[in-house]
Amino acid sequence: MKKRVPLVITFVTGFIVIISFFIPHRPFGPLETDTLIWYSIILGFTLLIGVDSLVRLHVRQMRRRKEGWWYSIVFFTGFFYCLVIGIISIMRTPNPFQPGTIFFYGYKTILIPLQSTMFALLAFFVASASYRAFRARTLEATLLLIAAVIVMIGRVPAGYKLWTRLPGIANWVFNVLQMGAMRGIMIGVALGAVAMSLRLILGIERTYLS
Amino acid sequence: MIEEKRNFWDWINSIDRGIIYLIIGIVIILPILLGLKEEVQISPSVRSAYEMIESLDSNDVIIISIDYDPASMPELQPMLKAILRHAFEKDVKVIMMVFWPLGLPIGTEGLEEVAKEYGKVYGEDYVNLGYRPGDRAVMIDMGKEIRNFFRTDVNDILLDSHTMMRNVHNYNDIALIVGLEAGRFGEFWVQYVGSRYNQRIVLGVTGVMAAETYPYLQSGQIEGLIGGLKGAAEYETLIEKPGFGLTGMAAQSWAHIAIVMFIIIGNIGYFMTRRK
Amino acid sequence: MILLLALAFSISAKDTPDDGGGSITVNVYNIPEGTARIELSRLEKGDMLYKEAGLIPIFKGECDDASVVDGIGYLYRGKAIAKDTFYIAEMEGFVTSSPQWFNKSRITVLIFLILFGSVVLTYIQLAKKNPEGLFIRKLPALDAIDEAVGRSTEMGKPVLFVPGLEGITDAGTLASLTILEMVGKKVAEYGSRVIHPNFDPIVMTTAQETLKTAFAEAGRPDAFNKDDVFYLTYEQFGFAAGVDGIMLRERPGAIFLQGYFYAESLILAETGYSIGAIQIAGTNATTQLPFFVAACDYVLLGEEMFAASAYISREPRLLGSIKGSDLAKVVLLFMIGAGVIFGTIAGIAKQGGNPTYMQIFNKMLEFLAKGAK
Repeated sequence: MKKRVPLVITFVTGFIVIISFFIPHRPFGPLETDTLIWYSIILGFTLLIGVDSLVRLHVRQMRRRKEGWWYSIVFFTGFFYCLVIGIISIMRTPNPFQPGTIFFYGYKTILIPLQSTMFALLAFFVASASYRAFRARTLEATLLLIAAVIVMIGRVPAGYKLWTRLPGIANWVFNVLQMGAMRGIMIGVALGAVAMSLRLILGIERTYLS
Repeated sequence: MIEEKRNFWDWINSIDRGIIYLIIGIVIILPILLGLKEEVQISPSVRSAYEMIESLDSNDVIIISIDYDPASMPELQPMLKAILRHAFEKDVKVIMMVFWPLGLPIGTEGLEEVAKEYGKVYGEDYVNLGYRPGDRAVMIDMGKEIRNFFRTDVNDILLDSHTMMRNVHNYNDIALIVGLEAGRFGEFWVQYVGSRYNQRIVLGVTGVMAAETYPYLQSGQIEGLIGGLKGAAEYETLIEKPGFGLTGMAAQSWAHIAIVMFIIIGNIGYFMTRRK
Repeated sequence: MILLLALAFSISAKDTPDDGGGSITVNVYNIPEGTARIELSRLEKGDMLYKEAGLIPIFKGECDDASVVDGIGYLYRGKAIAKDTFYIAEMEGFVTSSPQWFNKSRITVLIFLILFGSVVLTYIQLAKKNPEGLFIRKLPALDAIDEAVGRSTEMGKPVLFVPGLEGITDAGTLASLTILEMVGKKVAEYGSRVIHPNFDPIVMTTAQETLKTAFAEAGRPDAFNKDDVFYLTYEQFGFAAGVDGIMLRERPGAIFLQGYFYAESLILAETGYSIGAIQIAGTNATTQLPFFVAACDYVLLGEEMFAASAYISREPRLLGSIKGSDLAKVVLLFMIGAGVIFGTIAGIAKQGGNPTYMQIFNKMLEFLAKGAK
């Protein structure tokens, strides 16, 4: 019973959503939009569960004085700062993100630099990963290496200066070779997702139920 | 001597990551500090995007969707400003909306900055709808009536009180959608709006996503594609208004060359140590 | 003069096809040169006066009037306004809107779904009758789970499982939960620990239940620690920073990066490499696959993730569905190949002065592309 009821719910819901894709007549047609809206509403409430989990984690770390517990103080500082400042900003103006609000000040001075820093790490990691990974160990690895070098140089202005035809070759590698492979993987992923979804709806795949 | 040589090749084969990071840092920062600029060749995808906006008439209305956050700002903010400059130059009306809430302030900042440059008036020449949760539901329902989700703008002012919004109700009244994408929303625009409502779409995406988005351009599902910082630089070149896109090109060139040099050095080290 | 031009400038309307009702599509033709805007007005049957119904975009020449009521007749009038003059176009008969029971533009999707579903179900039935006859090639990434968890246990380190940055509705996330169950069982058997930081709270609650069940099935329900499955943040780089921090502090021996990832994929993979952990990645994000291939020890490429549950359990029904989707892929392959050959022949024939084949080819493409609406 414990497993059967969720399976029936999954089957009925999945079936209804599928047929609503093909039947525009009420009540099926608007179902697509309605289910998306319901999902957004549920997600909003589940964020509270997430926040609860996170707060409990840090309270536990502080109580047990685990290594690095003082970072939990940093967490609570940030958490309450955003909460309090956000509420004050909403009370004062309809758009808390408006330039001039305290919330926007925090966004500009803390969030933007932090996010930009994390994203900037990618530039360094791409270099170290490329240095390590692009070794001509096998024929396939050599082809990958050659393609990577052609595209990396060809798609920046320096490539045109080195050889005027290089950007054209890089574009060909990108638009023809790479595109074919990308499309193949996308088709495979899409078919795999459809098969997985069918298995879920029909109750063949049950791991999500536990 | 031979022992020393072997150690040298071993070192070449496994250069410390710190050295790689230091060199990459230098080759990126130096061109920006020196103010170096590089000319770019215009790619067909960016030219298509440019020509799409160029073909619009004054008083046509476009939607610009901000679907990125500060992390992707370096690539997409220059695109936003270039497109806004182009649109305002042609007296095209702009509606901005946001699906990534953290993108709202930076989108607003870019919009207000460029609008001020061209003396545009809020409510008459541009409107900021802000953010609404629901992503795909919002996209689909806007095809019936924008006011179903956006009764008011970002400042809580009724849409109908803005002169430019009086005759704008759904995608029928929108000449073009420009999506600036750091995630999956570009796909959603194409799947839920482009196909259903026959809506013309131009996408501006981060460099890594350009590969995934090209099939949509090749199949004609989007009208143009601006990919990464280079795409932004190309667009700035086309509108003859250089910005951060072009400034970043020198840094990007040098960084790519540095990475290729590391790859070559690494392979030399690999082959020399393999001989042992 | 205006009368002649008004005859050229014309308007027609019809019930918007393939919709749920309440909409009429209005088209205008031969828009006069210099038209600044086209005003649309509408007369309801029984009324005496036309009412404003919006503007028709000149670049499209058509619009959907979505403010009508089903069953009521409407007449439309278009007024093309140029600089010093205007042109009127009127319809003759009333048009009504009505909802349709089937969206004909999606017929290709329905055909595909029925065919694909039939193939998958057929293979599932065949698999039940002859489970030994189904071959699936080796997936090194899944074979390495045992090795990874074992190595981690020997080193006395925990296992880190990162489920990606999408919600429970994403197929990749569901596949990652399947893999999580397998990893959970191994971890329980070896008496180790699995840390599971989450981006989405719904995924967190599902993962807690999945691991709880996995530990119970392995006979170690007491070993499951709910605190090891927690929510981090709903922000992309905040999540990446948090996971990196966990990697550098906890020093896991094995890292599983399974799910849908965005730009942070390389940050996670490189940090994992730097601490010397064995990394098994799997994603349906095609843009991130190259980064995982470059930085991780084993990678499940796209659809290989979806085959994980079938591969490990070897359950006939699951294996059958994999075979079914493989067959569908082969069929698609042949269709693409046939299309390419036919398209090439049609192109050559058109250049040689015979456009018939190209017309047939275009009709076929149009029919197949219909399903995209």
